[in-house]
Amino acid sequence: MSAEQIEIQIIASLVAVTCAIPGVFLVLRRMAMMSDAISHAILLGIVLAFFAVGDISSPLLIIGAALSGVLTVSLVELLNRTKLVKEDASIGLVFPLLFSIGVILISKYAYNIHLDVHAVLLGEIAFAPFDRLVISGFDLGPKSMYVMGGILILNLVFILLFYKELKVATFDAGLAAALGFTPGLLHYGLMGIVSVTAVGAFDAVGSILVVALMIAPPAAAYLLTDRLPRMIILSALIGILSAICGFWAAILLDANIAGSMASVSGLIFLVVFLLAPERGLAAIARRKTRQKREFAGRMLAIHLLNHEGTPEEARESEVGHIEETLRWKEGFAKSVVGYSVKRGDVLVENGRLRLTEKGREFAGRSVVEEFIA
Amino acid sequence: MDFPQIFSDLFLDYTLRTVALGSAVIGIVSGALGSYAVLRKQSLLGDAMSHAALPGIALAFLLTGSKMPLVLIIGAALAGWIATLLIISIVNSTRVKYDTALGMVLSVFFGFGLVLLTIIQKRPDATQAGLDKFLFGQAAALLERDVVTMGILGASAILITMLLWKEFKLLSFDPDFASTLGFPVRVLDVLLTTLIVIAIVLGLQTVGVVLMSAMIVAPAASARQWTDNLGVMIVLSSLFGALAGISGAVLSASVTRLPTGPTIVVCVSAIVIFSMLLAPRRGILWRFFRERRQRGRLRLEGILEDLYSLALEHKDPEHAHSLSVLRLMSAGKGGVERSLEILSERGLVRAVSPGEWALTRAGIEEAERAQGERGGGQDER
Repeated sequence: MSAEQIEIQIIASLVAVTCAIPGVFLVLRRMAMMSDAISHAILLGIVLAFFAVGDISSPLLIIGAALSGVLTVSLVELLNRTKLVKEDASIGLVFPLLFSIGVILISKYAYNIHLDVHAVLLGEIAFAPFDRLVISGFDLGPKSMYVMGGILILNLVFILLFYKELKVATFDAGLAAALGFTPGLLHYGLMGIVSVTAVGAFDAVGSILVVALMIAPPAAAYLLTDRLPRMIILSALIGILSAICGFWAAILLDANIAGSMASVSGLIFLVVFLLAPERGLAAIARRKTRQKREFAGRMLAIHLLNHEGTPEEARESEVGHIEETLRWKEGFAKSVVGYSVKRGDVLVENGRLRLTEKGREFAGRSVVEEFIA
Repeated sequence: MDFPQIFSDLFLDYTLRTVALGSAVIGIVSGALGSYAVLRKQSLLGDAMSHAALPGIALAFLLTGSKMPLVLIIGAALAGWIATLLIISIVNSTRVKYDTALGMVLSVFFGFGLVLLTIIQKRPDATQAGLDKFLFGQAAALLERDVVTMGILGASAILITMLLWKEFKLLSFDPDFASTLGFPVRVLDVLLTTLIVIAIVLGLQTVGVVLMSAMIVAPAASARQWTDNLGVMIVLSSLFGALAGISGAVLSASVTRLPTGPTIVVCVSAIVIFSMLLAPRRGILWRFFRERRQRGRLRLEGILEDLYSLALEHKDPEHAHSLSVLRLMSAGKGGVERSLEILSERGLVRAVSPGEWALTRAGIEEAERAQGERGGGQDER
């Protein structure tokens, strides 16, 4: 691994963690699409700030971009408040306009500077190590490492300071308002944090992939845990995993690093979506089969109890007869009988099923539970 | 700008004519189908699908090596489709919410598309250059046969919506009712979504992935302000879309370094703002003036009522009362004198002496009528 490769991975991991932290709250507060809107709209802020300052590397650009992010949020809310369009439509109206104005301004007045739309949308983290922070002759490493580190600290401070408020406002907005928190302030604070993060990260990964890093890791973490602190930590870890695996996949394929990071974060979500304990598709399917078999075992026991001591008992308890009376498929009937035998509810004697004492009690209880309760 | 020149160019200049025609087709198709997306609260689905189309385009090229618009459109539509299905299955089977699923699928698909694009760019084929234009759109590269393809596909999409008019209308406004009537809601839903995907994919080449979502949302959101009727809304929305497309194309052709896609988006946004401000009944200005008129009427009624309740305390109902009492009764709201003047112009009150006002006979009747009306109103509530 060359020094540059290590630096790129450090920057990528920083970006991923910085994005994941506000992302958790976006996912929980159902505002994920706001990150999309903000990350597009900051282009306008960057361009306007550049016109004002005339320096592409000025830190004022970050402030301009953050302001335009907040402007986006306020415009969306203004549109919502007119009640002329639905909320999703107002997001879809605001950010393309701001983004378009940004693109027009660039291509009209700033076409010869290094501020092309490609860079904003796609980012190029591979160049990050070349822009170095040098103070009085000492090479302190790539500049973007410090920028992202600073934003990460800002995010952490914000989250730690307002942790309780954010938590209450996220899970119980009504209670938060009743307790006297100002939901507006918190909301705009969070949006400001998202904007600053998007500005810092877009340089490295581009504005659309910022969205992937903000949303995919928290979404995966959301399927893995019920606790907020764990969700934040998991999101950060999944972000780092996406960054590093994405980097190596990109090297292997000789492809865009940011795109590859986003793809890996999507893959991780997909794996979690399929395999997460409790909430994954596989777990859901397993639970469904188990419940189905449990229910079928119960039906079998009730069926046997029903016919115990009646003239039809002999016929109704025939092993080969079960699937016909209960309308089960043959294989399923066999697996249910096996399950009930294993549980000790049913015995097989000369091709007939007989309830054990335990099975009889289970069937009796089931009748009460199913039909009376 | 030289308008006659532009106007004649619009018909005679090959590039401008093609671009304007292409943009108009996009505007019409996305305007018509966008109406359904907006009504069904799927505005952002357009955003997701246009981003998700990118890997489809790249894969279609990687697999076939062809840059034919039809091939790329099929690839894009398939990818948009898979994205939609993924979003639906994530939302249906986990607790992840719609917006999260949408944002994630959008950005991850786009990222994957970028990976594919960079891989394509490094291949030795000379033909790869054209794919990049799907990112931001490159209207100037439109050819006449592209426009013909777009026109045919768009026309068939619109034709299908016309044939299934009743079904789609029911699906958009009351899907539960539609399913109780026995319509295959699932199939219709998928079909309508597919048509919206087609509309999006048609525009990608001209407007680009990033801005196509605006073409789905904006014309429909503008048209919605002017009407409550679905048919009128779709026609208006198509017209707005076409207008934005043509004016954007013309503007970007006549001003140097004005990119077409963003210009079209600015035009369509201008239509949105205009509609939201000025549309009768719903528009913001309209609402403002109506509210002001109502406030004025209420104030006049208030003063009349105050005078009336004062009059009830007196034997002579036409007894004059001083302005300061009325001011006190209107609880500090200004404009008491002005309101009295308006009332006296209508002959409902008269100034007995400076600063002393009394109800006229007509005023008493009016106040009684107003009070009766208010009583009736309360009963209704």
